[in-house]
Amino acid sequence: MVFRWMILPVLLVSSAQAADFSRFVPERSKLEFVSRQMGVPVEGTFSRFDARLNFDPARPEAGKVVLSIDLASVDAGSNEANGEVVGKNWFDVKRFPQARFESTSVRSLGGGRYEARGRMEIKGRSRDVVTPFTFRPVGNQGVFEGGFVLKRLDYGIGEGAWGDPGVVADEVQIKFTVTAAATTPAKPKK
Amino acid sequence: MQAGKYRWPAITLHWMMAVMILAALPLGLVMTELDLSPTKLKLYSWHKWLGVTLFMLLVLRVLWRLSHRPPPLPDSLPRWQRWSAHGIHGALYVLMFAIPLSGWLMSSAKGFQTVWFGVVPLPDLVPRHEALGEWLQETHEVLNGLLMVLLALHVGAALKHLFIDRDGIAARMMPWLKRS
Repeated sequence: MVFRWMILPVLLVSSAQAADFSRFVPERSKLEFVSRQMGVPVEGTFSRFDARLNFDPARPEAGKVVLSIDLASVDAGSNEANGEVVGKNWFDVKRFPQARFESTSVRSLGGGRYEARGRMEIKGRSRDVVTPFTFRPVGNQGVFEGGFVLKRLDYGIGEGAWGDPGVVADEVQIKFTVTAAATTPAKPKK
Repeated sequence: MQAGKYRWPAITLHWMMAVMILAALPLGLVMTELDLSPTKLKLYSWHKWLGVTLFMLLVLRVLWRLSHRPPPLPDSLPRWQRWSAHGIHGALYVLMFAIPLSGWLMSSAKGFQTVWFGVVPLPDLVPRHEALGEWLQETHEVLNGLLMVLLALHVGAALKHLFIDRDGIAARMMPWLKRS
């Protein structure tokens, strides 16, 4: 009897969390980056990107995400820069319209913090990426937030004269907020 | 005749700022004409670093000026020259304050923080705002146009005192000249 009253709340909590967050909510998601030009942090964004994902906080290791970024949607901080970065030396969006991240593993770090590993492909070049992120449920949606440092020269972003990291630093800070709605309603309790 | 001399801090600040202004002005004129390139980003940064440095030197200079009266102008100087000298000097001080300030604010309004020597970030006193950025850019340009006119008058007057009047007034700022 006592045992039953103790186990019940545990079941409720776990069943409430057993939702699968898999429907991407673009209007509550954003992708930002900060580059450094002559030591000056310059903020930028990508306004169009898509995420195919599923994530169950009860089973984070089963989580999966594929992120596709429309590189022409870049705002690099000024009209002049926007005209430049879509060009051949930078993203070369005519040949490589999209960047893509595909996760290979997700693990929990505890306390609502997680770590995703995966492959990032930009401009035909693919590199391993590790990013920490947090997850918090908001209503029937879940918000993933995280960031990592991407080395632009690994992908040939900014070639030719732009290859000098003394002018535009190699390290670019990436920040993301991805919101996904739960698609599986909480399992009915027995 | 002896017109008195400026003291070394005033002289040093004057010439340091003169050299830096004469570097920052053409940099500003050239960099804005360039297509985006690493060179352009470098020139912009150098221009801004010069501007920040000039602004700080100006603070020192004003403090020195307020606590030390410059040597008086000789009584023989015509009244209109006396007044125009004071007027131009005053206007140059105002411009040396307003020009770097407008550049700093412009940079912030256009979304680019100013980072002195790429190391010391200056606060953004205004938020990113396109129209404000445009307005500050025009202001910066007009003030610099005015500066160039006043510099021409200032240098012209100094040369006149040095080579035509030979009254020792320009030499007060040129300690390397032997007085005759």
